[in-house]
Amino acid sequence: MNEPTPKPAPLPATARQPLSTGSEWTFELLERYDREIARVAAHYGLDTYPNQIEVISSEQMIDAYSSVGMPVGYHHWSFGKQFMTTQKSYKRGQMGLAYEIVINSNPCIAYLMEENTMTMQALVIAHASYGHNSFFKGNYLFRTWTDAEGILDYLVFARNYVAECEERHGEQAVEEILDSCHALMNHGVDRYKRPARLSMAKEQARQMEREAYLQSQVNDLWRTLPARQTAERERQTTRFPAEPQENLLYFIEKHAPRLEPWQREIVRIVRKIAQYFYPQRQTQVMNEGWATFWHYTLLNHLYEEGRLTDGFMLEFLQSHTNVVYQPPFHSRAYGGINPYALGFAMFQDLRRICERPTDEDRRWFPQLAGGDWVKTLDFAMRNFKDESFIAQYLSPRLIRELKLFAVIDDDHDDKLEIAAIHDDAGYRTVRQMLAEQYNLGQREPNIQVYDVDVYGDRTLTLRHFMHNRRPLGDSTEEMLRHIARLWGYDVRLESVDANGTMQAAYEVQV
Amino acid sequence: MSQLIDRRLSGKNRSAVNRQRFLRRYKGQIRKAVAEAVSGRKVSDLERGEKISIPSKDLEEPVFHHGPGGRRQIVHPGNKEFVGGDRVDRPEGGGGGRGGGASQDGEGMDDFVFELSKEEFMDFFFQDLALPDLVKKQLAAVPEVKKTRAGFVSQGNPANLHVVRSMKQAIGRRLAMAAGPREALREAEEALETLIAEGHGESAEAEALREEIATLKARIAAVPFIDTWDLRYANRVDQPTPSSQAVMFCLMDVSGSMNEERKDIAKRFFMLLYLFLTRSYERIEVVFIRHHTVAMEVDEEDFFTSRETGGTVVSSALELMNEIARERYPSQAWNLYVAQASDGDNWEDDSPRCADLLLHDILPLVQYYAYVEIKAEEPQSLWHQYEAVAARNKRFAMRRILDVADIYPVFRELFAKKSTA
Repeated sequence: MNEPTPKPAPLPATARQPLSTGSEWTFELLERYDREIARVAAHYGLDTYPNQIEVISSEQMIDAYSSVGMPVGYHHWSFGKQFMTTQKSYKRGQMGLAYEIVINSNPCIAYLMEENTMTMQALVIAHASYGHNSFFKGNYLFRTWTDAEGILDYLVFARNYVAECEERHGEQAVEEILDSCHALMNHGVDRYKRPARLSMAKEQARQMEREAYLQSQVNDLWRTLPARQTAERERQTTRFPAEPQENLLYFIEKHAPRLEPWQREIVRIVRKIAQYFYPQRQTQVMNEGWATFWHYTLLNHLYEEGRLTDGFMLEFLQSHTNVVYQPPFHSRAYGGINPYALGFAMFQDLRRICERPTDEDRRWFPQLAGGDWVKTLDFAMRNFKDESFIAQYLSPRLIRELKLFAVIDDDHDDKLEIAAIHDDAGYRTVRQMLAEQYNLGQREPNIQVYDVDVYGDRTLTLRHFMHNRRPLGDSTEEMLRHIARLWGYDVRLESVDANGTMQAAYEVQV
Repeated sequence: MSQLIDRRLSGKNRSAVNRQRFLRRYKGQIRKAVAEAVSGRKVSDLERGEKISIPSKDLEEPVFHHGPGGRRQIVHPGNKEFVGGDRVDRPEGGGGGRGGGASQDGEGMDDFVFELSKEEFMDFFFQDLALPDLVKKQLAAVPEVKKTRAGFVSQGNPANLHVVRSMKQAIGRRLAMAAGPREALREAEEALETLIAEGHGESAEAEALREEIATLKARIAAVPFIDTWDLRYANRVDQPTPSSQAVMFCLMDVSGSMNEERKDIAKRFFMLLYLFLTRSYERIEVVFIRHHTVAMEVDEEDFFTSRETGGTVVSSALELMNEIARERYPSQAWNLYVAQASDGDNWEDDSPRCADLLLHDILPLVQYYAYVEIKAEEPQSLWHQYEAVAARNKRFAMRRILDVADIYPVFRELFAKKSTA
C-alpha cells in the first residue's frame, strides 16, 4: 500500500465467497475471521502484540468492567459498587456490553461475549485486537509509561500483597488506606518524570528493601532532638520539599511520617496502577478513534473482497453508526463530545486529506496533502496525545462538519460569550480551545505539595494553583480528610491565583 | 497467531467479595432500606430478595474537582444559530446541554439502586432483630428432610437389600413354579403305588411312571432357590420433617395509643413468629384479630392500617380468638400459636378476666402464647395479671419492648425448644 487506492467496485454477487452466512458464531468461525482480519491488518501494516481472545459470559464481562478491565485486582468495595451499577444497567437493557474490554498487556487480552452475533464478534476482534492493540504497542505514551510485559505480574503481586495485609492488619485498616489512595489517584501520577520498568520478581525483592530503608529515612521529620540554633536559621532559609511536588501519592509514600511500611507499599501500588492508566486518560479520543477507524476500514476491506455478506455489513454498520453518533449540544442525549465520534472523524478526515486534498487542505496541511495516508496515520498514532493530536490535525472542514463552536463562561460576566464558530476567523480559536479541553492538567485542579513544617507541628501545606480563577469544588474538605489520614498530621490547602495571592484556604486538623 | 480461549466456565462470580464489602460498608443505609421494605410487606411474605436504593450522594468517591466559578472555555458541537462574538444568556440551572463543566461537577442525584438476594435480605432483617446465630441458622436453613421407610421396591442398591422379604418372595415363587410338576408327581407316585399294590410293579407301565417321576423330580429340583426377581429392597423416601399444620393468631390493640411506630414493632414481632412457624410446619394459617373495645377478625391490610379511638377491652379479643379456635381449628388437628401485641392499656376491671380466660380456656389449647407490651411507660394492671399467668404456665412468654432488638427474647423459649429437639 504505497499509493492511495481507489475503492475497488464490489464484486458481483456470484463471485462472493463469504466467510459465513448466519449470525451464529463457532470457535472455528472465530478463528477464520481472526485469520482474515489479521491478514488485512498486516496488509495495512498494523503492528500488534500477539492476541489472546477470550470468550466469556455476560456476567464475567460485568466482572471485568467493574475492575476497570484489570484481569486480576485486589478487593475493594468500590469495585463491588461498580459491579452492581453495571449489572443493573445491563439488566435493564440500557447498555450493550459489546465493546471495549481490552487490556494493554503482552499478549493483548480482549474479551468476546458469548451472547453476541458473529458480526459483533468480528467487529470486536477488529476493534480491540487489531485497533487498540496496535495503538497500545505504537503510541509513545504507552511505550514510555506502561510495561505490557510486566503488568499482569504486577497486578498479581498487588492483589496478593493487599490480601496479605488484610490478613495481618484487618480488612478495615486496609480499606481505609485504599479509600484515601483512590481519592488521590488522579494526583498520583508523574507527569514529567519517566518511570522505571516493573517486573514481579524485581518488585518483590525491592519491596522488602524499601520497607526497611524507607522507615529509616522518614525519620528526618521525626527528629526530636532539641533544636539547635542553626536549625532556627535553617528553618528560615530552606523549605521542605525544596520544590513543589505534583505527585501527591509519591510524596506521601516517601515522606509521610506516620505510615507503617505496609501502608507505604499500598500507597505505592495504587500509585503504580494510576500511572499505568494515565496514558489511557490522555489518549481517549485518539485511542478510540484509531480502533474505530480500523474496525471500519478492515471490515470494509473484507467486504470489498467479497468475504462478508450484505447482512453482515448492515448489522455492522448499524452498530458502528451508533458508536460514532455525536448528538448536538442542545439534544437531551448530549453529554459532551463523544470521543469515538471525534476520533473516528479525525482519522477519516486525515485519510481524506492525504487522498483527496482540497485547496484549503493544501493551505492548512501542506505537508500532508497528497501523501501516503497509511504512513501519515501511523505517524499521528505514534507521536501524539489527545491535546496535541487535536492541535495538530483538526481541519477546518471537520470543524464545519461538526459545527463546533467555543463558549466562554466567565463569572465576571452575566452572559456567555461565543468566542468562535466554524468560520475563517474562528477555526484556529476553536481548534486551540478544543485541544485545551483535552489537557488533563487543565481539566483537573493543579494541586501540589508546597511545604512541610519540618521543625514545627509537621503540618503539610498544599497549594492549588488556580487556572482561570476556577475554584475548587465541594469535595475539598473531604479530600483533605483523606490526605490527613495518610499524612497523620494537620493538612492545609491554599488556593492561589495567577498573581500569587491566596484566594481560599482549607484546613483539616487531625 | 491469535490464541482463542474459552473462559466461560471459569472464574464466575469474581466480584462476589467486592459485593460483600460494598454491603458491609453501607450496612447502615441498607438496614434502613430493609426496614422500609419490611413495613411494605405482608407478614407471610418475607423470603424474597428486595430492591434497595441508597441516595447516590452517600456513596460518592471524592476526587479534587473544580467548582463553579472562574472563567472556563468549552467547545460544543452542533452549532445552529450562533455567530462569533454573540452574547447569550446562561441556560437555566447552569447545567443542561450547555455547561459541560457543570454537568461534570454537578452529578445526577439519582438513587443508587440494586437488588439484595433473598439471603442477604434475611441477613439484614435478622441483624435488626438481634437474633443469636444459632437461631438465624435455624431460620435460614431449608426445611430438613428425614428419610422414612416407604415399603419395598424391586430395585435398589445392595446395601438396602431386605433379606427376609427376598426369601419370602423366593418361597412363594418356588411354590408357584413347582406347583404343576408337584401335582403331576403326586399323581404319578400314587399311580405307581397302585400298580405296585396290584402286583404290576415290574410292568412297562410302572417303568414309564418311574421315569416320569424322575423327570418331574428333576424339574422340581431345577426351580432356583432364589432368583433376581425375588430380590426386594427397603425403600426410603425423603420426607420434610415439618409435617403438620399450625395456625397463628395475631392479636393487636388498635386503640388510639398504638401509633405507627408501635405497629411497626408489632409487625416485626408477628413476622418473626411466622418465620419460626414456617420452619416447623408445612401449612400455616394466619388469623388477624384487632380490638379496641370490641374485637374483630380482619385481613392483613386492615390489621396494620386501620386505627380506632376509644377504650381498650383486651378480653374481647381473647374471647373471639378462643371462639375461632374452637370452631375452626380443633387442637387435635392444629397447632395453635398466639402472638399478642399491645401498649399495655386495658380497662382496669377487664384484666383479671383476661388472666382467667388465658389460664382456663386458651392456654390449654395452644402451643405457645407470646405477649409483648410495646413502649409502655409503666406496667399496668394487664401486665401484673399476665405476670401471674406466666408464673403458672410455661407456654406463656411476655416481655416489654422498646425496640425491635428486644423482640427476640420473647421467643427464646420457643427457639430453645426447637434447637434441643
